[in-house]
This record gives sequence, C-alpha cells and structure tokens, in this order.
Amino acid sequence: MSGIMDGLAGFLERLHVAEGLRPILSLVIILAIVFGLIGAGLWGALRARWISRNTAAFWLFVSPWIVGFVIFTGGPMVYSLILSFMDWDLIDPAKFTGLANYKEALSDPALGQSIKVTLTYAVVSVPLQTVLSLGVALLMNVRVRGVNVFRTIWYLPSLVTGVAQAVLFIWVFHPSYGLVNGLLRLFGVDGPKWLFDADWALPAVILMSLWTVGGNMIIYLAGLQDVPKSLYEAAAIDGAGRRHSLWHITLPQVSPVIFFNVVTGLIGAMQTFTQGYVVTHNGGGPSDSLLFYVLYLYQNAFSFFQMGYASALAWILFAMIMVLTALVFRGSAFWVYYESQRPKERRRRVHVS
Amino acid sequence: MSMSASAEGARPRPLGPRIFALTLLVVGSVVFIYPFLWMIATALRTQAGVSQGGVSLWPVQWQWSNFSDGLGSFPFWTYLRNSVLSTLVPVVAVVFSSSLIGFAFARIRVRGSGVLFAIVLSTMLLPGEVTIVPQFILFKNLDMIDTLWPIIVPTFFGSSFFIFLYRQFYLRLPDALTDAALIDGAGWFRIWFSIYLPLSRPIVIATAVLQFMSYWNNFFQAAIYLSTERWKTLPLALAGFQSVHDTNTPLLMATALVVTLPCVLLFFFAQRHIIGGISFTGIK
Repeated sequence: MSGIMDGLAGFLERLHVAEGLRPILSLVIILAIVFGLIGAGLWGALRARWISRNTAAFWLFVSPWIVGFVIFTGGPMVYSLILSFMDWDLIDPAKFTGLANYKEALSDPALGQSIKVTLTYAVVSVPLQTVLSLGVALLMNVRVRGVNVFRTIWYLPSLVTGVAQAVLFIWVFHPSYGLVNGLLRLFGVDGPKWLFDADWALPAVILMSLWTVGGNMIIYLAGLQDVPKSLYEAAAIDGAGRRHSLWHITLPQVSPVIFFNVVTGLIGAMQTFTQGYVVTHNGGGPSDSLLFYVLYLYQNAFSFFQMGYASALAWILFAMIMVLTALVFRGSAFWVYYESQRPKERRRRVHVS
Repeated sequence: MSMSASAEGARPRPLGPRIFALTLLVVGSVVFIYPFLWMIATALRTQAGVSQGGVSLWPVQWQWSNFSDGLGSFPFWTYLRNSVLSTLVPVVAVVFSSSLIGFAFARIRVRGSGVLFAIVLSTMLLPGEVTIVPQFILFKNLDMIDTLWPIIVPTFFGSSFFIFLYRQFYLRLPDALTDAALIDGAGWFRIWFSIYLPLSRPIVIATAVLQFMSYWNNFFQAAIYLSTERWKTLPLALAGFQSVHDTNTPLLMATALVVTLPCVLLFFFAQRHIIGGISFTGIK
C-alpha cells in the first residue's frame, strides 16, 4: 500500500506537481486505473456478447458504490476485525494477541461505565423523543390556524445542532447564570449543578436532546396526514369516540413511521459523541458520567493510540447495535401494523414542489 | 402539501379540546423557542451584563462588537473557507453519484440488482465507528491526514441512504419515459442525464440540503482528521473556542450564532423543500 503510494508520489514529484496535490493525484490515478479496468472488463464482455447492454450499463453505473464500499466499508471492516486481535500503537509493528483485547474489554471499568452511560441515554432519550415529537405532531394535526408558524418554531432548534447546540446548552445549564436554574429560582427552587454534577449531567444531556425533535415531528406530521380520511369517517359512523379513533386508527396507521424513527433514533443515540466531547473538553463529564461509548472509543484510538483495542471496541458496539435493532424488530411484530394489500394510489407521492 | 388540512375528516372538533390543543402548542412553542432567542440576547450583552440580564430576552446592552470580537479571536476566514469547501464539494458529489446509482437501481432491470440493493440497504445499519480506525489508517497511508480529503473523497462514491431515496423517487416516475427514449436509441447515461436528472429537482434540493446540514455540522470526522489551523472547520473552531473562552459567554454565543447562521438562512429560503424532504425521508 504505502510502497505504491511512495512510488506514485515520487513519479508526481518528477512531474513537478506541488507537494500538497501529490496525495490526491496519486489516489485519483489509482482510482482511474480501477475504474478503467472495470470499464474495459465490461466492454470486453459486451463485445464478446457474454452480457447485454443493460447489464453492462447497470454494473458501470453502480460501480462507484461498489468501489466505495470495498475501499471505505467492506475492506475496513475486515481490516478492523483483524486489528481487533492485535496490539498496535501505529508506530511499533502490530503484534497478534488473540482474544486479549476482548478479554481486556470484559474487565475494563471505564468501558462498563461507557456502556452504562450510552445505554441509559439511548433507552431513556429515544422513548421521550418519540412521545414528545408524536404528541406535538398530533396536536398540530388538528385544525388550528397558523400550524405553519408552530411547525417552524418547533423545527428551528433542530438547526442548532452539534457543537453549537452543546455550547448553547452548557450555558443554558450553567449552575448560577443559566436559563434553567434562573427560571427555577423564579419559583424559589435551587436547581442542581447539572453538567457539573455526576448525577445530573446525563439527565441534562437527555433534556438537551429533546430540544431537537423538530425533524421527527415533521416526519410524524406527514405520516398523520397520510392516514386515509375514510377510516375516520367509517369509525365515526360506527359511533367511535376520539380516543377510540386515536388508539385504533391513528396509532396503528402511523406505527411503521414510529418504528422507523425508533430504529434510526436508537442507532443514532448509540453513536453519541459530540455532547460528551464538547461539554467537558474531551473528558467525559464529572466522574465519567458523560463518557459515551464512541467518545471512549475515540480516546482509545486517537488519544491513547490503542488501535487494536479501539477496533475491538468498535466491533462490540456493532454487536450491541445489532442486538438492540433485532430486539426492536422482534418486538415490532406486536405493535407495527402494515397494510399488505396497500393500493398503489395510496402511496404518498413526493410532496416537494 | 397542505398542512392545514385535518386528517380527521370534515367533522369539526368541539371547541374545548381545540382550545386545549392550541394552549399546549403555544406553551410548548414558547419553551422551545426561548433558548434560541436567549442565545441571541446573550450574544448582544457585555460580559458583565450576563449576570444582570439573567433569563430575560432583552439584550439590554446591544454589544454588537461581540460578533467582530468573537470572530476576530481566531482565523475566521480560513475556517470558513475550510467549512465551505468540506461542505459544498460533498453536496455536489453525493447528489450526482447517488442520483446515478439510484437511477440504475430503479430503472435498469438486470439480474442481481435486487440482491445488490439489499446489500446497499444493510450498510445503512452499520455504524460508521466500526470502520473509523481502518479508514484513519487508510488515509494516513494515503498521506491525507490533516487535509480535507478524508471528509470529501468518500462522498464521490454515493451514500446508501441517498441512493435509497433516489431509487424510491425514480420508481414513482412513469416507466414510459425510459421506453420512449430507448426506442429513440438513447443510451442509459443520456436517459439519466437529460431526462431523469432534470426531473429530480425536488429530491435534489432535499438531499442537497440534508447533506449540507450534516456536513456543515460535521464534528466527529473533523475531530479525527484535522489538527492544524490551516484546515480546521468552524465546528472544530467553536469547540476549541469553548474550551479556551468558556467564561466569556457573549463572545461564545455570538460565534455559535454565526456558525449556525448558514443553516438558519438555508431553512428560511428553502423551508418548503426542507419540510418536504424530511417528510420524504420518513417514508415507510
């Protein structure tokens, strides 16, 4: 790998290419060769009448994804699995250590703490986010004037994400001058120290995550407006009340949307990084109360340079996400409703313009 | 789409529940918008005014110099250039590549297409962290650490999620479009480029905006790959700023506002497309 790169870099140097451009040009040359080979192979097969024009076009069109998959996903997965059985600090040669990394993980107290933090966050924040965004979407789905204004207001905070949101909420939760404790003081309550208190740091981050549910709310609102009106009319004729309609029509009809959001929300929550990193400057919060799993993985890889252990951690995370997703999928049989005979015209058309 | 249309049929709701719903919405909206407005108010206070101002939304001092001081305390224009480069290039790259690949999955019927598409979908479940260590080593071998390339290059190969969205979008366009062009002797690339791509405006805008928002706020990759001033992006600058100036709140809020501003502006200019795009991504 690096041999080829050095060779190419030397070649480009002789062509007087600026030093900053040599790495990317080398990569472009390698990729041009790869795609050239794919194209030549398909062309040859087409000329020999082994494959049809359609087949050649299809594989040529999807080849960027396949090449990208091999370079950035498939290959790295295999490599990271191998690395997870090794000990490597990026400098000394890698040593094969068998299951040592996984054994170390079993008895690593910091890892246990990070799993606890991450799972608590995922299991508490995702249901809260779901209830809040679905509840607001239900409220907005009634006929009130100015729904567009409400929708904008609820969505606006979602634009303040990542670092900007963390920076804002460090200040919102400031023990003495913050917004939350300032409001609590108006009611005579002495608020906790939030992000500076090991017991309150994670609840504060969970509250912070509720601020950006606007995106989910919009998805639910679209789902709610997709429920066929005829169902409500039929129910009303049968004398069903509003609570009945909500429970027996609305919720089953939007349950696939809820399911989609819960799955993506859980996967996202397991990958939380920025909050823990920014709140305590790469630390992990008071007594590691914000040591999210990915933050701990990041520290192992890029602060302690334990590439093997970090790879093992990545695979443990992958396994945990798979188990969680599988649990939600198994559970979904009990509460997600799919209309198997969905008429084609009921499919929502694209709403945008 | 019409948001005012009630999904609950023509029957008007009784007044009581409607007032209840409206009250809840108003109270909730105030709670939600308050931190945002408070952020603007704080950005306009003096450092001493922060403790006096407390929870009120009135800036009191109108210290506009916070913006110039905040941005002046780090090489803002360099960071801005890096953020723009590492956002706009991926937006263009991912839109074109995902559209082409999604088109092939939607319209070119060949054996193996279904299986390959299932693999594309399954990679959406894969957390990026599993591959981050090998990717870092890969880019280190390519001599690309502390450049924007590790953030930009992978977007040229399409994103699984966007490929999925484009495929769904193209499946809803009439089949006759390709049949007529094929009879006229057009190649698949021409059909994609001159027929399907021009019809993709709504989905192009939606995916471009989603990509813009996520890459403008991209922190994880930036934290891993970028280390020197020369290539740092705005989120990284803001995080660094937070750890250095965590006592000067007005400056921090002013800087955070400036970093957020492009997304807010984009939202107000393309609100309809963004709402439509987000609704479309939640499709079952």
